[in-house]
Amino acid sequence: MAKMKMHLLVCGGTGCHASQSEVILSNLKEIVREKGLDNEVQVIMTGCFGFCEKGPIVKVMPDNTFYTEVKPGDAREIVEEHVIKGRKVTRLLYTDPENKKHVSDSKHMGFYKKQLRIALRNCGFIDPENIDEYIARDGYEALGKVLEAKDPQQTIDIIKKSGLRGRGGGGFPTGLKWEITSKSQADQKYVVCNADEGDPGAFMDRSILEGDPHSVIEAMAIAGYAIGATKGLVYIRAEYPLAIERLKIAINQSREYGLLGTDIMGSGFDFDIELRYGAGAFVCGEETALIHSMEGNRGEPTFKPPFPSVSGYLGKPTNVNNVETFANIPVIINKGAEWFAAIGSEKSKGTKVFALAGKINNVGLIEVPMGITLREIIYEIGGGIKDGKKFKAVQTGGPSGGCLTDRHLDTPIDYDNLIAAGSMMGSGGMIVMDEDDCMVSIAKYYLDFTVEESCGKCTPCRIGNKRLYEILEKITQGKGTLEDLDKLKNLSNVIKDASLCGLGQTSPNPVLSTLDNFWDEYIEHVTVKKCRSNQCKALMQYIIDAEQCVGCTACARNCPVNAITGERKLAHLINQDICIKCGACMEKCKFNAISIK
Amino acid sequence: MEMIKLTIDNKVVEIEKGTTVLKAARKIGIEIPTLCYFELKGMNIENKPGGCRICVVEIAGRKNLAPACATEVMEGMVVNTHNIRVLNARRTVLELMLSDHPTDCLVCAKAGNCELQSMAQQLGVREIPYQGEQSTYRKDTSPSIIRDVDKCIMCRRCEMMCNDIQTVGALSAVNRGFTSVVAPAFEMNLEKSPCTYCGQCVSVCPTGALTEVDHTRNIINALADPTKTVVVQTAPAVRVALGEEFGMEPGQIVTGKMAAALRQLGFKYVFDTDFAADLTIMEEGTELLGRLSKHLAGDTTVKLPILTSCCPGWVNFFEHNFPDMLDIPSTAKSPQQMFGAIAKSYFADKIGVDRKNMVVVSIMPCLAKKYECQRDEFKVDGNPDVDFSLSTRELAHLIKQSNIDFNTLEDEDFDHPLGESTGASVIFGATGGVIEAACRTAYEVFTGKKLAKVDFTELRGLENIRQATIDFDGLPVNIGIAHGLGSARKLLEEVRAGKSKFHAIEIMACPGGCIGGGGQPYHHGDIEILKKRSAAIYQEDAGKPIRKSHENPDIKKLYEEFLGTPCGEKSHHLLHTHYFDKSEEVIIND
Repeated sequence: MAKMKMHLLVCGGTGCHASQSEVILSNLKEIVREKGLDNEVQVIMTGCFGFCEKGPIVKVMPDNTFYTEVKPGDAREIVEEHVIKGRKVTRLLYTDPENKKHVSDSKHMGFYKKQLRIALRNCGFIDPENIDEYIARDGYEALGKVLEAKDPQQTIDIIKKSGLRGRGGGGFPTGLKWEITSKSQADQKYVVCNADEGDPGAFMDRSILEGDPHSVIEAMAIAGYAIGATKGLVYIRAEYPLAIERLKIAINQSREYGLLGTDIMGSGFDFDIELRYGAGAFVCGEETALIHSMEGNRGEPTFKPPFPSVSGYLGKPTNVNNVETFANIPVIINKGAEWFAAIGSEKSKGTKVFALAGKINNVGLIEVPMGITLREIIYEIGGGIKDGKKFKAVQTGGPSGGCLTDRHLDTPIDYDNLIAAGSMMGSGGMIVMDEDDCMVSIAKYYLDFTVEESCGKCTPCRIGNKRLYEILEKITQGKGTLEDLDKLKNLSNVIKDASLCGLGQTSPNPVLSTLDNFWDEYIEHVTVKKCRSNQCKALMQYIIDAEQCVGCTACARNCPVNAITGERKLAHLINQDICIKCGACMEKCKFNAISIK
Repeated sequence: MEMIKLTIDNKVVEIEKGTTVLKAARKIGIEIPTLCYFELKGMNIENKPGGCRICVVEIAGRKNLAPACATEVMEGMVVNTHNIRVLNARRTVLELMLSDHPTDCLVCAKAGNCELQSMAQQLGVREIPYQGEQSTYRKDTSPSIIRDVDKCIMCRRCEMMCNDIQTVGALSAVNRGFTSVVAPAFEMNLEKSPCTYCGQCVSVCPTGALTEVDHTRNIINALADPTKTVVVQTAPAVRVALGEEFGMEPGQIVTGKMAAALRQLGFKYVFDTDFAADLTIMEEGTELLGRLSKHLAGDTTVKLPILTSCCPGWVNFFEHNFPDMLDIPSTAKSPQQMFGAIAKSYFADKIGVDRKNMVVVSIMPCLAKKYECQRDEFKVDGNPDVDFSLSTRELAHLIKQSNIDFNTLEDEDFDHPLGESTGASVIFGATGGVIEAACRTAYEVFTGKKLAKVDFTELRGLENIRQATIDFDGLPVNIGIAHGLGSARKLLEEVRAGKSKFHAIEIMACPGGCIGGGGQPYHHGDIEILKKRSAAIYQEDAGKPIRKSHENPDIKKLYEEFLGTPCGEKSHHLLHTHYFDKSEEVIIND
C-alpha cells in the first residue's frame, strides 16, 4: 500500500458478497479510473469486517471511515464527495443507537472498541487474493524465523509457552499436541487444518480463510516444520466455495513465491498443501471422523486412543488444528510467547473469535480477549438486545453448548469457566435469546440438530438423542409429565457420560443447562401446561374478552377453520377444540378484544 | 513382554501391555458384558468399534465412561465395572437399544440364540421406559440371506466380517444417526451387491437382523407328498456340529444319530455328500494331474495353479472379483451339485424314478449352497439337480419339530450306493481337507505307489494362509491353502500378478472351512468350538476303514457302470461346470 494516498476497502465476506459488494467494488474502481485517480486511490476487496449486521461495508483508509449498508449506486458519491472533496458521506456512516449521532470512523464504534483482533488481524484489511499484501503485513516472516532457527523444538516451546489452546472447541493445548506428534516416529506425518466448521451460525473459520488465507498456510508450514511433516491437508466443507477459491489462489501464490513446495526459503524444508472437501457433516469436525472422511471412509469417529498424533491419516501421525488456531500461530512467533500469554485469562490465553447472533443489535463476527464478560460482549460490542426486549439467555458453544443466564453475565469467558457454568467454548457460536424465547423449545431445536447430525455409531447418541428430542416434543405439546423430566435428566446424563465422541458427550448440554437454569419453565409446561413465552402452540389459547368484543364478526369471518361463533353485535367465542392457533383473529380484531392466554 | 499392573473392582491384575480392560478383567474372572464386541481368537478376527457402549466401565481420573473392549490397559489404572454410575449407564443404553427394536421375539428366527435377548435377561430389564419412534427399513430377501434391518443394533460385526475379513464389501453403514443402517452400497438389495452368500455376516449377527432363508416348510411339504421320492445328502461338516443344537459338547460326532433322524423324518434315501466328495477328488485330482503333466511336458499354455471349486461362496467371489481368471479354477462341480447330478441320473434310473418326481435335499453347513442349487446351469429343463439346501441349524429345527429325541437315537448307517464314503471325503469339512484328500489320490495315481502315511499334517491348521510342498516321489508339488475370502484374495492377487509359486490352491470362503460355515450352529465367537469341530473331522477320518477317495468301492462301481473314466465325456457333462463374469452384475444405478 506504499505509494497510494487513499485505500477503499470493500468487504468481500460471504454476507456482503451476497449483497452485491462485488458490484460496489467494480463501480468504485470504474469511477476512480474515470476521475483519473488510479495512481492515488486503490480499491480492493478484503475479507470480512465482522460487522455483518450493517453490510455491505466500505472502509476508507487511512481515516478509518466506516460506511455501512452501501449500495452499488453509492459508489459515485463516495468517490466524488469523500475521495475528491474530502467530505464524508454522512448518510452512509454508522449511527450510534444510543445518541443517534453518526460515528465518523470505526475506532469510535462500540462494536470495535472492545475488540482485539489477532486471528482476524488481516480480515478487512488486505486483499486476500494478493500475497504481497499479506507479506507487507509481516506475512511469512514467522515461517522465515522458524526455518532460520533450525530448531523445531524451539518452535514447539514457543507455542507451548504462549498457552494457545485449540480454538475448534476442545481447548487442548496446541503446543502439547505438536510435541506429541513431533515425538511420534514415522516415515510420513501430516498437518491437517480442520476447516469443517459445522456449528450452525459460526463462520469465523470461513471468514479467516476468505479474508486471510495466507495466515493459515504459513501456520501449517510452521507446524509441518515443528512436527516433521512435509504434507498438509485442509479439510474444508464444500459449501464454502469462496473460501476454497481464495485458499487455492493463495496456495498457488505461495508455491510461486517458493513459500510452499520444495526447499522453502533455501532451508531444505519441503512442505505442500492439498485440499480435501467435506460434505458438511457436523461430526466430521471431530478429528478422528474428519480423518476417516479424508481417507474416503464413512465420516464417523473412532475410539481414542490411539490419538491422531500417534496414528491418524492413513495410520500416520497427524496433527489436526482448527483454522482459527492456525491463524494465531504466525503472530505468536513474531511477537513472542510472552506477548500472547499476557492477553486473556489465567488458563485461556489470547483472544477468541465469536459469531454473535440472535436477538442482538450488532450481529456479526467479533474477536475479544479471553476473560471478557458476557455483559461486555452483549451490551457493549453487541449493542444490547433487539427492540429493547429483556435478555433471557445466551447459548454458547454451538448446538452442543449450554444456555447461560443473567447470573452468568459477569463471568469472565474462558474454556474452563464456560464448562463450569454448564456450557462450553465450542468453536465460538454465541446466540442471544430474549424474553420471547421458550427454553424448552430452544432445547428441542438444538436436539433436532444433533439427532440429524449424529453419525449413528454409538447407541447413546444414535437412540438417546432421538428419545430426548421426543420427550421435549411431548412437553412442548402439553403432554409432558413430571416423570418425563426425570427421564430427561437421566438420559442426558447417560448420553453425556457414555457416548463415544465429543458430539454425543456434549449434545445433551442444551437440555441439562436449560433444566438447571430454567427449571420453572419446564415445570410450567408439564404441570399447568403453560408456555410463558407463548412459543408452544399447543399450550396457547386465543380468547375473546366479552367486555371488549363489539360483535363486528371480523374474527369469525377470517378464521380459516370456523372456530369462532357469535351473533352480530354480540360477544364472540373461540372453540378451543377447533382453533389451530394461527392468530388471524387477533390480527383482524380492531378492538383489542383478543388475547393469548 | 512389558507387563502392566492395574486394579479392577479392587482386584489387582497384571497383564501384557496392549491388552484391553475387557481382557484384563476376564483374566481375573470378571465378565464385563459386551454386545458389539466380537472375537475369534487366533484367527485375527476382532470387532471392537466401541459403539454399543454396553461394556462401559468407570476409570478413575477419566471424565467419561470408557468401553472396556476398546480401552487399553495402563499402569496404575483403577477400573470399576459395576458401580451405580456404570450399572445405570449400561442399563439405560440397553433400554435405548430395546426401545428401537421390534418386540416380536416369540416368532423371531433368532429367538433363543439372540445376544440382545440374553443381555436383556442378564441385566434384568423388565420394561422399556424410553418409548418412541422405531427406525424401519425394507426387508431384503436374497436366495440365501434375509436382511431384517429393523432388528439391527449397529454392532457392525457383519460389516467387519464382510469388509475386513472377507473383503467382499457388500455391507457397510449408510445414512446417519437414527436412520443409519448396514446395507449394500447405494442401498441396493443383497442380490444386486457383490455378496457371495458366504453367510459369515449371519454367523456373527447378534440378533435376528441377518438370518438364512428358511426352507424347512418346503421339506415338510415334499416329505408329505406321496408322488415324490425324497433323497437327502449331508455334508461332512454337519455331523461334527449338529449335536451342539441338542446340547451336546462341540466336536461330538453324530453321524449315526443324524442318519437315524433323517430316516425318521421320512427321507426315503439317506445318503452322504461325502460320497460326492470322493467323486470330486476323482475329477478334480485327475484335472490337477492332467494340468501338472502338461506343465511338466513343457506346455506353457496350461493354467496353474489349479484352484479348488467346491466352495460356492468362493466361486461367487472369484466370479465377482477375478473375472479375468475364470479359466484357473477346477471345472469340477461342488460335491453338493455332483451328488444332485448323479442322484437324478444314475440313481434315479437305478430305482426307476423320473427326475421330476425326485426331490434332492442337501443338509449343508453353508448358506451359499442355497444360492448354488438355484443356479440355472445346475438345472435340467428347469428341474434343479438339488431342490433344497438346508443349513445345519434348519435340520435341527426340523428334528425338534418332529418330536425326535435326537440324543437317545440309536446310530444308523447311510443307504447305498450314494452313502459310501472314505476318510478323504470327511476332511472336506475343515480347511486344508480338500487338498489333503486330493493329495492322497493324486500321489498314488501319479506315482503308482502306495502312500506310506495317509495324513498330510502339514496341510492342517487354522492359520489364514498356509503353504506346504508335498513330495510326489521326487516331484515337489507346491500347495497353498487359504480360508476366509480376504486370505483368498491375497493368493489370487499373487496369481494375477504372475508371482504365485503354487501348483494347486485350496480355498474355503469361511474362516476355518465348512466347520465354520454360515449355516452352522452359532459359535458366538468361541474359537474352541471351531477347534473341536475340526478335531472331530480328523478323528472321523482316522476311524474310517478306507481313507482314500479312489479306493471307495461304490465310486469305482459308479465309474464302471456309468461314468467311464474321470474327466471323461459323461463326467464332463454331469460333473463339470463353467463360470461367469459377474463383475458387471453389481447394479449401481437401478
